[in-house]
Amino acid sequence: MQVSVKNVRKEFDRFPALHDVSLDIVSGELIALLGPSGSGKTTLLRLIAGLEYPTSGAIYFGDEDASHKSVQERNVGFVFQHYALFRHMTILENVSFGLKVRPRETRPAAAEIRRKALELLDLVQLSGLEKRYPNQLSGGQRQRVALARALAIEPRVLLLDEPFGALDAQVRRELRKWLREIHDRTGHTTVFVTHDQEEALELSDRLCVMSQGRIEQVGTPDDVYDRPASPFVFGFIGESSELPATVENGEFWVDGRAIGVAATDQAPGKGKLYFRPHDVDLVEADAALAGVVAGHRRVGGTRRVELSVGGDHRKVELDLPFDHPAGEKTRLAFRPRRWRFFPEAV
Amino acid sequence: MQWLLIAISLAFMGLFLVMPLYAVFHEALRQGVGVFFQSLQSRDAQSAIRLTLLVAAIAVPLNVVFGICAAWAIAKYEFKGKAFLITLIDLPFSVSPVISGLVYVLLFGSGSLLGPWLRANGVEILFAVPGIVLATIFVTFPFVARELIPLMQDQGTGDEEAAISLGANGWQTFFRVTLPNIKWGLLYGVLLCNARAMGEFGAVAVVSGKIRGQTTTMPLQVEMLYNEYNGTAAFALASLLALLALVTLVLKSILEWRFGDELAASGRH
Repeated sequence: MQVSVKNVRKEFDRFPALHDVSLDIVSGELIALLGPSGSGKTTLLRLIAGLEYPTSGAIYFGDEDASHKSVQERNVGFVFQHYALFRHMTILENVSFGLKVRPRETRPAAAEIRRKALELLDLVQLSGLEKRYPNQLSGGQRQRVALARALAIEPRVLLLDEPFGALDAQVRRELRKWLREIHDRTGHTTVFVTHDQEEALELSDRLCVMSQGRIEQVGTPDDVYDRPASPFVFGFIGESSELPATVENGEFWVDGRAIGVAATDQAPGKGKLYFRPHDVDLVEADAALAGVVAGHRRVGGTRRVELSVGGDHRKVELDLPFDHPAGEKTRLAFRPRRWRFFPEAV
Repeated sequence: MQWLLIAISLAFMGLFLVMPLYAVFHEALRQGVGVFFQSLQSRDAQSAIRLTLLVAAIAVPLNVVFGICAAWAIAKYEFKGKAFLITLIDLPFSVSPVISGLVYVLLFGSGSLLGPWLRANGVEILFAVPGIVLATIFVTFPFVARELIPLMQDQGTGDEEAAISLGANGWQTFFRVTLPNIKWGLLYGVLLCNARAMGEFGAVAVVSGKIRGQTTTMPLQVEMLYNEYNGTAAFALASLLALLALVTLVLKSILEWRFGDELAASGRH
């Protein structure tokens, strides 16, 4: 089911949570709404679900304007951050709830409901636990019950609010992989909210980066990671360093020195140069950025070196192989291999 | 030190709680079990018991409905005047029951605007059962609501949202999700509400008019009998009320022990 959000604005008590947001969600894709807390991502998800109504703008399900339809009419599967499992019902009863509350004309027979619920429990790998109660399950198992319960109503769209937020790192990674498999098998259009950029990059077909009630960029993980559209996106997706720089004579200048990096396709002027710790080359040349090693620490298979650059001691981080001899030096010269330059707003 | 404190508490409780309780049953049974049952079977005693049960049977269900509505509104919605509504719910706790009764006298008495009009239309409120019911509802209103508000606030709206997102309508959500979530808290509130409804004296005394055999509830009957130096009959009836208190206490303890985590306010009463 294709979902289109058109110029949606949402205010809570006059305080705008979303400003003029538009987003097209393609049928069958797995899309992440990514942003820091307060960016409006959960609000957008709840608007799509019909748990909130837009102050202005419209939400379309296919060609149908769903803006004023109730959550029941929209037929969406919603997985809540804390699962919201019904604690007085068994796992089987939880999963069958959505079918049991249907009006008599559309409600399947009891045996059929049971068969379907068991089938879904099998899909989420919880067969045999149907008689347990939610408080007898682990966090990861509850998450899977919540997903099975949402899938039971054959939703047109599957919406997940911070689906892995309350789980520990290991379970998180496993469930991530597993959610991707479920998505590929069932083919539901799926939207999930997360503040974890790694999760969004790994799991989604496309991601929608949000900040302060606005969409900053929508694109594939490669797009967003390699070609961030704004300083915010660059800083939020992955590690990054920034330095004030000037473009002159087709080159970048920092602190009045050319740094040996060609400013391809950049108009002359001031701005900020962004690059990632692992996208730098150490050089011996004069025309380069140079800094004093302020400290270093081991991060996984690499050594992260913190340099202090220029007279005002701006911090820049570089990744070096952990056994790189440069890790012992006090002064390093480097050039960003890949970078983005964002001119100052005039 | 520990034992001293425990001994002091026990001595205090013995003096002020257990001894009076013992005295009630002792007095009630002093002239034998026969007289005890005889005095309970008198016409007036029977009528008082029936009236008390009737009043509780009307007041408690009404307060359950109003209490759930109020708690729901307060716990699950944001609106202006919410703090004021919570204060209002507490009003019966902070007002002397006698004043609560007097309010109804002022509202429905012969000197009021409503009273003569209602009487002209054949509706008796004061010195009749409706007045007693109204006064009891007023006095017992906070019990259910106060018990449910923190519980429902604590539970939030997640379960309800999950239910409606799965297609449940309002009633299905209430009966299948909300009510099971609050059932023990609700039962707890009902228990306290019922105990107070049956035991209320002050407010009921003002509006009842104490017409023997018609508008006397058990507590009123106890007082009347006692004032007439009919000690055995008074204490026989009183022992029933004391028994009700004991049963309530036991049920309350069972609820707290078994479902303590589902009673948000269990430590408060």
